[in-house]
Amino acid sequence: MRRLLMTAPVLALATPTMAADMNVTVTLPQLTVAEYHRPYVSVWIERADKSIASQLAVWYAQKESKEGAGTKWLPELRLWWRHGGRDQQMPVDSVSGATRPAGEQTLKFESGKAPLGDLPAGKYELVVEAARETGGREVVRVPFEWPAAGAQHVGKSGSVELGAVKLDLAP
Amino acid sequence: MNHLGKYAIALAALAVPLAAQAHKMWLLPSATSVAGNDPWITVDAAVSNDLFFADHMPGALDRLVIIAPNGQPIQAENAFTGKYRSVFDVHLTQQGTYKIAMLNRGALASYELNGEKKRWRGNPVDMTKALPVGAKNVEVTESISRVETFVSNGKPNDAALKPSGDGIEMVPVTAVNDLVAGEPASFRLLLDGKPAANLEVTAIAGATRYRNAPEEIKATTDSDGKFTLTWPHAGMYWVNANTQDRHTQISQAKQRRVAYSATLEVLPE
Repeated sequence: MRRLLMTAPVLALATPTMAADMNVTVTLPQLTVAEYHRPYVSVWIERADKSIASQLAVWYAQKESKEGAGTKWLPELRLWWRHGGRDQQMPVDSVSGATRPAGEQTLKFESGKAPLGDLPAGKYELVVEAARETGGREVVRVPFEWPAAGAQHVGKSGSVELGAVKLDLAP
Repeated sequence: MNHLGKYAIALAALAVPLAAQAHKMWLLPSATSVAGNDPWITVDAAVSNDLFFADHMPGALDRLVIIAPNGQPIQAENAFTGKYRSVFDVHLTQQGTYKIAMLNRGALASYELNGEKKRWRGNPVDMTKALPVGAKNVEVTESISRVETFVSNGKPNDAALKPSGDGIEMVPVTAVNDLVAGEPASFRLLLDGKPAANLEVTAIAGATRYRNAPEEIKATTDSDGKFTLTWPHAGMYWVNANTQDRHTQISQAKQRRVAYSATLEVLPE
């Protein structure tokens, strides 16, 4: 406790010069189903008006085909699609990528650098949407304030298609 | 007996508005939001009472008009008309919103020729030529109806949604492919390009066969033609409005019947 009190002012002083970090952990649950396909997942930061402040990740099937393989099914991430996913041209550098296996997926972002960029101070929600072929769809939201005054660990759990979603903020 | 008699009267009263209601004409798209390198949709077109079950008459594809996101008409592909439904594909080669419409314009003339009662049905512009010289007691009813649905490939746009100024048309206020259960959605109805005030709008969700009540939701347009519906659940909805007026193209026609319906997809939240 005493040590914490001593370090707090140092951290506060450091804020303006140091880049703020944001770590996101998305847990994709292990599902025992007859036909399993890795889910499509989108991770983004939403403003109060539901628009996308930062597009952090989009995972979809990458196999090429005449239909554009995975891109054909991107509207299945329907919340993301409606609130701005459809305005983006896939692939997006350092954002889009292949679907991921079950387990904890950790994503690290740094303020001022793509894809997080310079997020103006304010209230946001981290949104994770997952949609699985022959499976379900789920959205998990984690509200947070940016920039974080101190190190923050917040999170929420999904019920079926998403496990724990963790957000770690460092000023 | 007395009790039965009352019941019969009540039934008869109920039957009147039902009998006045024509069959529903509808389009049913396989998807309303698409993406990818080469998106296609398939669409059913039919006339029936139950939504969306093709069990009465196929839609007439000679009245089909598809407007692409650049505002230009395109052709349907793989069209087929069967006993109870028509089917066609739309190849969505452009990014944006497509309007798929069936425009029915008709005139019904009844007349007497040499003491015999006759009828003619066809396009209003052909009527004057089609009626024989010496036709007496000519009575004409004109009708114009639109049946529409909308599909967006990628980011929606509104070039295909520009009204033509003819009959009842719907202009979305809420993006037409962004409808979500529980969220209010607004639209404007125009009659010949002007706000259609005080029109009753009825929306019915599909799968009517699997429930006992029709579960209609209703709204009335305001002075600007605007109406708002809040969808109780996700699904395909058939939205309809009708009116009658005297704005006929053919001078012999005393009355015009105008109808509009659209199939709109509502997604779960």
